[in-house]
Amino acid sequence: MAAELGHLSLWVAIAAALVLAVFPLIGVYRRVESWQRYARPLAWLQWLALTVAMICLGYSFYINDFTVTYVANHSNSQLPLGYRLSAIWGGHEGSLLLWGWMLGGWTALVGLFSRKVPLPMVVRVLSVMGMIAVGFHAFMLFTSNPFDRSLPWFPIDGADLNPLLQDPGLIIHPPMLYMGYVGFSVAFAFAVAGLLAGNLDPAWARWARPWTTVAWSFLTVGIALGSWWAYYELGWGGWWFWDPVENASLLPWLAGTALIHSLAVSEKRNLFRAWTVLLAIVTFSMSLLGTFLVRSGVLTSVHAFANDPSRGAFILGFLVVVAGGALTLFALRAGRLKGKGGFKPLSREAFLLGNNLLLLTATFAVLMGTLYPLLGEALDIKVSIRAAYFNSFFVPLTLVLMAILVPGMLSNWKRQDSSPLLRRMLMLAPAALIGGYLGARLPGDTPWVGTLALILALFLVFAHIDDLVRRALAYNRGFLGGLGKLGRGYYGMVLAHSGMAVLVAGVTVVSFHEVERDVRMAPGDVAEVGAYRFEFDTLSEYAGPNFDSRKGHFLVTRDGEPIAEMNPEKRTYRVSGQVMTEAAIDAGLMRDLYVALGEPLGGDAWAVRIYHKPMIRWIWLGALIMALGGALALTDARYRKKMTRSKADADGEVVYE
Amino acid sequence: MIRLAILLLALAAAPSWAAIDIYQFDSDAQQDRFHRLTEELRCPKCQNQSIADSDAEISQDMRERVARMIREGHSDEEIVTFFVDRYGDFVSYRPPFNPRTAILWVGPLTLLLLGGVGIVLLVRRASREAEEDDQ
Amino acid sequence: MSKGTNPWVFLPLVAFVALAVLLASGLGRNPEELPSALAGKPVPEFSRPSLLNDRTLTEELLTGRWQLLNVWGTWCPTCYVEHPYLLELARSGIPIVGLDYKDEDAKARDYLAEYGNPFREVIVDADGQLGLDLGVYGAPETFLINPRGEIVLRHVGEMNQRVWDDKFAPVLQQAGEASGVAP
Repeated sequence: MAAELGHLSLWVAIAAALVLAVFPLIGVYRRVESWQRYARPLAWLQWLALTVAMICLGYSFYINDFTVTYVANHSNSQLPLGYRLSAIWGGHEGSLLLWGWMLGGWTALVGLFSRKVPLPMVVRVLSVMGMIAVGFHAFMLFTSNPFDRSLPWFPIDGADLNPLLQDPGLIIHPPMLYMGYVGFSVAFAFAVAGLLAGNLDPAWARWARPWTTVAWSFLTVGIALGSWWAYYELGWGGWWFWDPVENASLLPWLAGTALIHSLAVSEKRNLFRAWTVLLAIVTFSMSLLGTFLVRSGVLTSVHAFANDPSRGAFILGFLVVVAGGALTLFALRAGRLKGKGGFKPLSREAFLLGNNLLLLTATFAVLMGTLYPLLGEALDIKVSIRAAYFNSFFVPLTLVLMAILVPGMLSNWKRQDSSPLLRRMLMLAPAALIGGYLGARLPGDTPWVGTLALILALFLVFAHIDDLVRRALAYNRGFLGGLGKLGRGYYGMVLAHSGMAVLVAGVTVVSFHEVERDVRMAPGDVAEVGAYRFEFDTLSEYAGPNFDSRKGHFLVTRDGEPIAEMNPEKRTYRVSGQVMTEAAIDAGLMRDLYVALGEPLGGDAWAVRIYHKPMIRWIWLGALIMALGGALALTDARYRKKMTRSKADADGEVVYE
Repeated sequence: MIRLAILLLALAAAPSWAAIDIYQFDSDAQQDRFHRLTEELRCPKCQNQSIADSDAEISQDMRERVARMIREGHSDEEIVTFFVDRYGDFVSYRPPFNPRTAILWVGPLTLLLLGGVGIVLLVRRASREAEEDDQ
Repeated sequence: MSKGTNPWVFLPLVAFVALAVLLASGLGRNPEELPSALAGKPVPEFSRPSLLNDRTLTEELLTGRWQLLNVWGTWCPTCYVEHPYLLELARSGIPIVGLDYKDEDAKARDYLAEYGNPFREVIVDADGQLGLDLGVYGAPETFLINPRGEIVLRHVGEMNQRVWDDKFAPVLQQAGEASGVAP
């Protein structure tokens, strides 16, 4: 019953989306306001229907309805309840429902929070989002229906959720990621709406920016969670593999970061609008591309969701319509978006252009590396691409990006005098140089690249602190008083940039100084890794809810002081027979210790892998700080002020009233 | 058809845990080389995994051979070449640089260059405009 | 400022279309089959026991005439499926040498006794290291080797009539080999 209701709800949702895409938009072109007013309620209706569908699917999992094929494939009566519910998005069909539900949610929210945007514009935005929704719902309904039943025959019990996914990470990683992917559709919708309107209100960037920032923040968290999850779940201490599926999430993130910075210019100075619009289209297209790559079987990856060419064809067609349509519209209408305003070569605008160029080159390199195997097929070569290629671009680009970040942030809009800028940078440089050099030597010998990265990271942080202090004092209300006057947008920027510095520092130190040892150990044996001493104490066994486990008990000491007790496990999941490694991790801010059991080697000896990973937590911490910065920035007061109108003055500066 | 899809799904989402085998090496440096090399060599029949990450038999065989070659004193170059000679460029995660793969590097570099030129032109025009505004 | 269309605005669209074509070309392909890296190169040197008798077999075995080298094992279900076709090929006069890959001798002999033996000789490669030298990554695989002992091509997967007609027969024909192979 629930499955049928869910299925019906999907049809209601697609109908609502279809009407939303068409009817109010006609109201805009015919200037019939009453028709336009239907947009927001239709958005809510769509989301309501999708919520019902989600509840129905969840309910089917809850009651173990194995006549529903999707439930049978991804669940089991022994599966703990939490995982049974999050199994909703454990597979292809259900994850599409999650996508659709979030898209519906974002659409409704845009309707809710857009009171100061003129109605025709709101309608255009919601209409575009409706069009996208139609595509997604159609994909679900016609090729990947989570509510399909397999009657008349059905399994007594389900195939169980993939043990890899039976983890808290599953509960949160996809939703965060999808919030990001889907969230960029808002920026896209604003962009296309602007093109449809044929002109861009100068306030356009201010409307679009908070939505873009929040999507970006979610995506940052989603990617960081994925990395962290892989680290502790997969059993061998890696945190990024340049796997096609990972790259699929990085592409919209890189483009989205460029977009945020371009929006900054457009919001302030009414410049680069056509470029920002293009970036918004590109960013969301990357989201869709990612969806395609993961579900079409076009690329080999252990993470790939589904390998069904017919589904792949549908998504590709969808991508062609969405991106191709938007880009055509762009080509035809971009000319009308020209802004007015100049700036000197040494100015914040110029540095932000540099930022965009570097980020987009990185995006292109990642795209190239990910898709090259495809091209290779056509050219009849088979090559494999992973860290070596990607790092060869990513590392230098990141370093240059960090290097221009400081002068960029310290520069004024439109024109910056070189002497004060140079003076400020030179003042900060020595501290950064010394600090970076020492920091690089601390864990051991670091190659110059690593030292440079640390120096730049420190330089970045010092520059922000310096700028913060100066600006606070400039208000002449004392330091604390001044701090209170700095906008959240500013604090957001400081946090986000600092987060990046933290992340880079973590990556640098762990990449150059991690230690990995594979040793043969039986209970009673001892291994020394770095300054730490690992003693294999005992091995025990126990039965979990849906698995059987063998657990090793390790005592870790350092200079005689006990540090931790670590219990890695080897679990055999009963239904699927799959064997999973549960690594034991002793987490710390400055280092992780990591112990994993490999294969039993006969006797009672095991292959044991031990890792010492210095500063690896900084990677995810840095990402979290970045996301927080974004979240903070979008609560800036200026987005909540009631704006009556905006215009661009003769200088190209946008004036909001 | 459904079953095929299910099967494919199961294969696609198969757990991929690293095999931890124990090889005797003369030094930590050798073990580090082993880790690095096995991460750089690709399992010929897996879903895009290195031989370090994969449990397939062929990966085990390859790891054995890598360990043996390290002990015998071969260089990293020699070891990678050994496998590339037998399995093709596919087996190394370091793509070779030749006319057909050149686009991997040339592409982004060209973008960087063209973009840079574009920026220079844009900035010049904007600079002129800024001066006009000032007058 | 002239309001003419800047032609650069079409670049993103063009680039996207190229991308879409590339992606479309990837659909439905099987990205997993590897061509042999050893094509054109001689069979590597080896010295291995035979499964069927006391002889020591070397790479000499694979010279002198056009032959197939078939990699198989009793653990491999697809090998079982292709086995009848191998028997057909053998009967029609195609010499096939077997490579018993990562297998157990006794099991392999039983297998051949029960299902028939299409091989004129079988090389034992219990630890898979000869396979490694040949660029083998699974079973079944079938190599076509010329009279000079060079590998001409390799097929991964089941050997059957269609594969023979599409891949092997044309090469043999080109080589002027009129062995009357059309089993």
